[in-house]
Amino acid sequence: MSTLRTEEMTLNMGPQHPSTHGVLRFVIKADGEVMREAIPDVGYLHRSIEKIAEKVGYHGFMPYTDRVDYVCAMFTNQGWAMACEKLAGIEVPRRGEYCRVIAAEFNRLASHLLTVGLMGMDIGAMTPFLHALREREMINDLIEELCGARLTFNYMRIGGVAWDLPPGWREKALAYLDHLDPILDEFNALFSYNKICIQRLANVAVISAEDAINYNLVGPNLRASGVKWDVRKDIPYSVYPEFDFEIPIGRGEWGTTGDAMDRYMMRIREMVQSSRILRQALTQIPDGPVLAKVVRNFKPPAGECQVRVESARGDQGWYVVSDGSSYPWRVHVRTGSFAAMGIIQKLSRGLMIADLVVLIASLDVIAPEIDR
Amino acid sequence: MEPVQIYERLKQRFPEQILEVGGKPDVFAVVDPGAIVEICEFLRNEPELWFDCLSNETGVDYKDRIEVVYHLFSYRHRHGCVLKVKLPRENPQVATVETIWRSANWMEREIFDLLGVTFLGHSDLRRILMPEDWPGHPLRKDFVEPQEYHGISTVRESPIIRLDQKH
Amino acid sequence: MNNSLVTLIGRAMFGPAPLDHTDQAAAIAVACAVVLFAIAVPFASIVTWVERRVWARIQSRVGPNRVGPNGFLQWLADGVKHVCKEDVIPEEADAPLFKLAPYLVVLAFILPWAVMPFSSMLILADLNIGILYMTAITALTVVGVLMAGWSSNNKWSLIGGIRSAAQIISYEIPAGLSIFPAVLMTGTLSMQGLIRAQKWEPYHWFIFANPFCFVAAIILFVSTLAENNRTPFDLPEAESELVAGFATEYSSMRYLFFFMAEWGNMFIAAAILVTLYLGGWQIPRFNWSPALMNLLQFICFLVKVLVLVFVSMWIRGTLPRVRIDQMMSICWKYFVPIGFINMIGTAIWVAFFPHGSRLMEMAMFALALAIVAAFAWRVAYFTRRSRMELYFHPTI
Repeated sequence: MSTLRTEEMTLNMGPQHPSTHGVLRFVIKADGEVMREAIPDVGYLHRSIEKIAEKVGYHGFMPYTDRVDYVCAMFTNQGWAMACEKLAGIEVPRRGEYCRVIAAEFNRLASHLLTVGLMGMDIGAMTPFLHALREREMINDLIEELCGARLTFNYMRIGGVAWDLPPGWREKALAYLDHLDPILDEFNALFSYNKICIQRLANVAVISAEDAINYNLVGPNLRASGVKWDVRKDIPYSVYPEFDFEIPIGRGEWGTTGDAMDRYMMRIREMVQSSRILRQALTQIPDGPVLAKVVRNFKPPAGECQVRVESARGDQGWYVVSDGSSYPWRVHVRTGSFAAMGIIQKLSRGLMIADLVVLIASLDVIAPEIDR
Repeated sequence: MEPVQIYERLKQRFPEQILEVGGKPDVFAVVDPGAIVEICEFLRNEPELWFDCLSNETGVDYKDRIEVVYHLFSYRHRHGCVLKVKLPRENPQVATVETIWRSANWMEREIFDLLGVTFLGHSDLRRILMPEDWPGHPLRKDFVEPQEYHGISTVRESPIIRLDQKH
Repeated sequence: MNNSLVTLIGRAMFGPAPLDHTDQAAAIAVACAVVLFAIAVPFASIVTWVERRVWARIQSRVGPNRVGPNGFLQWLADGVKHVCKEDVIPEEADAPLFKLAPYLVVLAFILPWAVMPFSSMLILADLNIGILYMTAITALTVVGVLMAGWSSNNKWSLIGGIRSAAQIISYEIPAGLSIFPAVLMTGTLSMQGLIRAQKWEPYHWFIFANPFCFVAAIILFVSTLAENNRTPFDLPEAESELVAGFATEYSSMRYLFFFMAEWGNMFIAAAILVTLYLGGWQIPRFNWSPALMNLLQFICFLVKVLVLVFVSMWIRGTLPRVRIDQMMSICWKYFVPIGFINMIGTAIWVAFFPHGSRLMEMAMFALALAIVAAFAWRVAYFTRRSRMELYFHPTI
């Protein structure tokens, strides 16, 4: 009996596809439902932000950093500000640092809520997505009151933050955190511990710790593989050493360590920790100025530095080269999503098409951050 | 280990290939482009150093030369270091470190795309962010954006609408 | 005026009309078709509005509330909108098949209404093979869906069509096997016969007759979810994977046909389950006029069906989608063997207790009540724990 001749099917997933989180494209070589390989093709959202930085100057680049990762723009703000401060040796006032941490952690909550919600959406449950987005809207309201924008904040400045907390904001924020904690429990009960959810996510696209490090995965994706590494703890910056919080790592309770379920749960657990940090920050916040004196024509001395910020999508490295003029010579931002995209081709072999969607969602790739 | 100690260690092992150590605030070591793979392998495999992660690889155009910058990091020892290679601006070529750290694959593609550095031995050296047929390398300082791309104008007319002018 | 349309419809609906002329038969057929369309299409459309409202509440939204009172006329507005839109047929598509597919799907959704037992008299045709006819006709959907997936000349559509074919054909088997226990107990395939064998008291429904029937009813419900491409088995139109599956290339009225059929099939599936296991239109006997009795029976039937439709909406609002291999393993590894066990078990049961066992009926009924109570307690527990303020304003 001769074997039936079959053909490999080449599928084009994206750039316009519901589950590619922006504009990504995958060329899928599929054998029925099973993929031989998925080749990512990025660049559809390339806005040459690094080139723009060379033209607009240090202060002027701050609003552009929002667009590097518009889902968690506070961290890109912070990374840029910290890189400039390190170059010029500027000390940020303590209240300014607290404001930064508060804004950034709220942004982390918002970003993770979107991620876990999108995971629900991608495996076919609409309700978790909308529940998560409802909470995210409330955080956006808070952030809007803080800095006037809901998505592209432009809140931080070189040497601090633009505005102090508005009057009465602290109490509102604490009240919101009281509301959030039980919601996270409810979200877990609704979606995370759902049998179908666990079946879809557990043991899918397992990344070992060695692979995660070798492919330079960062942040929650790295921690899900069992590597205990968080820039906030291990290369402490800002006022993070003053807070008591834990770094959750993946243990593979539902399958193998480093599977999609671990990566997904990492976000839920980080939200709990963020809420802890926020409570401490909001109660401990000292008085004082929020912005150091920085000259308008900011000219850091010639030199170069790299700073690392723990963004919602992981360790974000800002590499800045200054030539002493008022324009940076070179800016490069190494983002978590860019590294995460690199591993998809390897992981996709042998997965099903439905699993690719889970893989993309669990790695939490955001198209603007890949292309910049 | 502090970066300076790491560079001392490197100098002992590769006295000829470490050309320069300096820079502020971050201290870096400039190494011989021909020896980059050898040095990286040493850094990767030496138990005391154990740089298991290439955290960042990027390029800088200095008008007279192009530098490729490697930010290495060790998750075991929690230390990092910065290596640089200086390449000529005309036809810059350097060996790939993809075989040592897989993460270099995409980063080198990006450098190739935006700065035009050719990585010898790279498994998949294609443009990554720009279209396949894009002319030039945008992050070079002398890059001039073409006026049009496949008949699509890349220049936008002034967005300010002049109300006094009649069409 | 024996030949008037009203009389014909009346005869068609309220009793076997003596057919002595072919033109009369043809007129009846036309009248039936009109009645079917007039009942089935608005019904399926209204279900879309209900689903959107229910779904919105589950997701803490408001849902459509602009067109008509509480958005009730949204279904009409959507219908008009779809009819007015341009009907795009891709250039590369296989046009005849592409055009034909939605009609087949609609056919599969309209025809089962002919044997829908709304009340003791309100049935178009009480076929003696009613339930067989029902399952056979609903399976016609797969032809339409496969045709749509193939003819669109789009790879995503093709995958959606293939998935749908695999899914519907697979789940036909456990669904068919789960029909057997009820048929075994009554010895008839007629819809009315199946309902008449049950009584109005809940513990006399077939679902509680014996443990096998209980399991069979649950399998039947889940299988019909799968057959209708409902969550958690909505793989053929998984929007996050396949864009819109087999319906990707469709637009305008043809697109609407697919989704009308989906919502209509939801009703049909629930009606099958109600007929077989949940007592159908059975209500307590009163000495009232037959018209009133029929109305009450109709309301009873409708309420039961709508409760099941609501459960299906609830499931859609709660559960994620399973993967294709998981869906297949649920069917072939669990449902099919259990279906056979149910069939054999019921056969043995009927042999031992030809008239049913009152004790077992009561026990199963108590078990069901316990399950419902446990579920309600769990819901209350999580509601309390989340400390969310509950809103219930059905008229927002």
